[in-house]
Amino acid sequence: MSKNTEFVKFDKVDKSYDGKVLVVKDLNLNISEGEFITMLGPSGSGKTTCLMMLAGFETPTNGEIYLDSNPISNIPPHKRGIGMVFQNYALFPHMTVYENLAFPLRVRKVQKDEIDKKVDKALSMVSLSGFESRMPAQLSGGQQQRVAVARALVFDPAVVLMDEPLGALDKNLRESMQYEIKHIHENIGVTVVYVTHDQGEALTMSNRIAVFNDGKVQQLSSPDKLYEEPVNSFVAEFIGENNTFGGEVTDISKDVCKVKLQNGEILANPISVNSKGDKTTVSIRPERALINPKDKMDNNQTGKIEEVIYHGDHTRVRLDLLGNKEFILKIPNSSNELDLKLGNEIKVGWNSQDARALDPK
Amino acid sequence: MSSETKQILTTDGIPLEISLKKAERKNKIKAFLLVAPLLLFLIITYIFPIGEMFTRSIDDKMITNMLPKTFKSMETWDGKELPPEEVFASFLSDFKILVEKKEHGKLAQRLNKEKNGFNTITKKLFRQVKRNKIDETQGIKEQIMKVHKRWRNVEYWQAIKRTAPPYTSAKYLKAMDMYLNEDNKITQVSEDRRIHRILWLRTVEVAFFVTVFCFLMGYPIAHLLATLPMKYSNLLMICVLLPFWTSLLVRTASWMILLQQQGVVNDFFVMIGLVADDNRPEMMYNKVGTYVAMTQILLPFMVLPLYSVMKTISPSLMRAGKSLGGTPFVAFWKVYFPLTIPGIGAGCLLVFILAIGYYITPALVGGASGTLISNQIAYHMKTTLDWSFASAMGLMLLGGVLVIYWLYNKLVGVDNIKLG
Repeated sequence: MSKNTEFVKFDKVDKSYDGKVLVVKDLNLNISEGEFITMLGPSGSGKTTCLMMLAGFETPTNGEIYLDSNPISNIPPHKRGIGMVFQNYALFPHMTVYENLAFPLRVRKVQKDEIDKKVDKALSMVSLSGFESRMPAQLSGGQQQRVAVARALVFDPAVVLMDEPLGALDKNLRESMQYEIKHIHENIGVTVVYVTHDQGEALTMSNRIAVFNDGKVQQLSSPDKLYEEPVNSFVAEFIGENNTFGGEVTDISKDVCKVKLQNGEILANPISVNSKGDKTTVSIRPERALINPKDKMDNNQTGKIEEVIYHGDHTRVRLDLLGNKEFILKIPNSSNELDLKLGNEIKVGWNSQDARALDPK
Repeated sequence: MSSETKQILTTDGIPLEISLKKAERKNKIKAFLLVAPLLLFLIITYIFPIGEMFTRSIDDKMITNMLPKTFKSMETWDGKELPPEEVFASFLSDFKILVEKKEHGKLAQRLNKEKNGFNTITKKLFRQVKRNKIDETQGIKEQIMKVHKRWRNVEYWQAIKRTAPPYTSAKYLKAMDMYLNEDNKITQVSEDRRIHRILWLRTVEVAFFVTVFCFLMGYPIAHLLATLPMKYSNLLMICVLLPFWTSLLVRTASWMILLQQQGVVNDFFVMIGLVADDNRPEMMYNKVGTYVAMTQILLPFMVLPLYSVMKTISPSLMRAGKSLGGTPFVAFWKVYFPLTIPGIGAGCLLVFILAIGYYITPALVGGASGTLISNQIAYHMKTTLDWSFASAMGLMLLGGVLVIYWLYNKLVGVDNIKLG
């Protein structure tokens, strides 16, 4: 069975609430069947609006959304057959767990014994068997969350939408729920569209991530590519940590360019610079810059230690390097006894490939 | 360690329980003193008057104190034939004292309530006594019987005997259009005189339908209030509350202006040709007027509890219902509606209880067919001055409300009420 790569398709979708500001601008997005795609972005970036348009609670101002090649703009939410997990679970407080799960089946006029079977299966999937007769208020946050997931899946929808479902949980629970949702997705192969503002969540769970900002998808790619190869400075800044230098291109060849900084010059990988004189922001991941590099590196600089922060598994060192006082280094704790004292000068090196010359901020 | 449960001691060696009580006593006293004024206020303004009302409604001591000797001598009388001489004698001596105190009128009034016809014969007896026509040395029975033929009728003496007990349930029976007959049996009054039962039924009926109308109108309003964006819902809230801030009398009067036969609504109907000018419908001084005005006046009492409940229902619940495949109606009926039941209960109970005791509005716009039991109470308070009867009806109303409250608690549960 070949997978439909355009199972969900946003085609030139615009959305405006007040006729003045576009919340979503010219969105084109294809989601393939069985994919776990995450819409990631700061609040107000339009990601939840996209989800609501897909669920049918908002209508696109322009453009069309297709589900399995059928336009769905004129289909009301209850006929779309899309499961949804809401931010605060939206469990029906006056119904038991069983009744909550049976609700989507009952409105579809499923037989009683069939309902029992499906509810049973869904509950065991989220390891909540035996909780059928509890009321939602008697469950912990994590349990409520699982019930909400089970309820969104119990009627075998083609697509499940999740709107920041883990936002209300504490850190440990959130992490274990991330794995659990990921495993459920892997087991039943449902298409999941997940909305979050937590990049860690997005990176661990998704097949692909769409980074939203200002109503636009800034980058759509797999988590590793997103982290390793951000295409613009917003993505570089938003995903993970980032050291930046602002400067001007003085020389450019195919895969290396020279960037003149305020007080120095570095070699970088030209991503979105084309010619001499372009302004640029050079982005380097903290773990790509090494202290006292043994191998030969394209860039070798000396920085002054401004701050040392102990993080358990690693130590973060803030340097004053080439005029950037916020240059962060991550040093694994296993590494040898370095002389990390305030005010000390240390050598730092990185390859030009890891220094990505992006659009200026 | 021993397995026995040991008394736990504080570090100072005092048993923990005692120490805890001591520590909390101060707070308890403080809390009691804080509510004490309210308690006192409640006792003075609520419990005491209700107790007073109750005693008044069953009190029949006035006549007991007026005719002490008569009742004493009547104790041995079997009440089948005319009483013996000594009853007449003691009645006369009681009566003379009353004449001296000029209280014979009160007696006549009270006896007349028990049986029609006492007014005349008491007046006649008074004249005889005043002129000293009755010779106490001779047969008093004969002389009194000569005053008027009704004094010869055993039924009138039986009526006097019936008033002997210091307490009576007559007022309550009267409110139900019943009375105790000569044989002390509860009897219905003749059909053409049964007015109270109609009023009770009408009161319940009006209260019920006003509650239904308020619910039908209030539910959508409350829903709008709870879901509209702030700037519109505030305006709507003011529209709901504006009548609240207007005097009840003014509101009722404005309904009179609107509903009367030459009023605004009728003018409008004539203008659009709905009714002929010479055939304007009566919308006031009947039940229609009562329904319209009371529904409008009581509407906020339905809207506010509903609103406060609806405000707490997350809009994502309806969305969840729809996204799970429920049509908007199913999502409303299965998800939203059950969650508003506490508000519905509170609103309906509030409106019903207020409506059942409503007074000014039905008095002004109700006319003959739109008056309620409270108008009857007011009538007896102000016009006939039969306060004990008014008290009895008031207490019956209170009892009815308590029964409704009890029923509601059985059916829905009072803990489910949410007033805000």
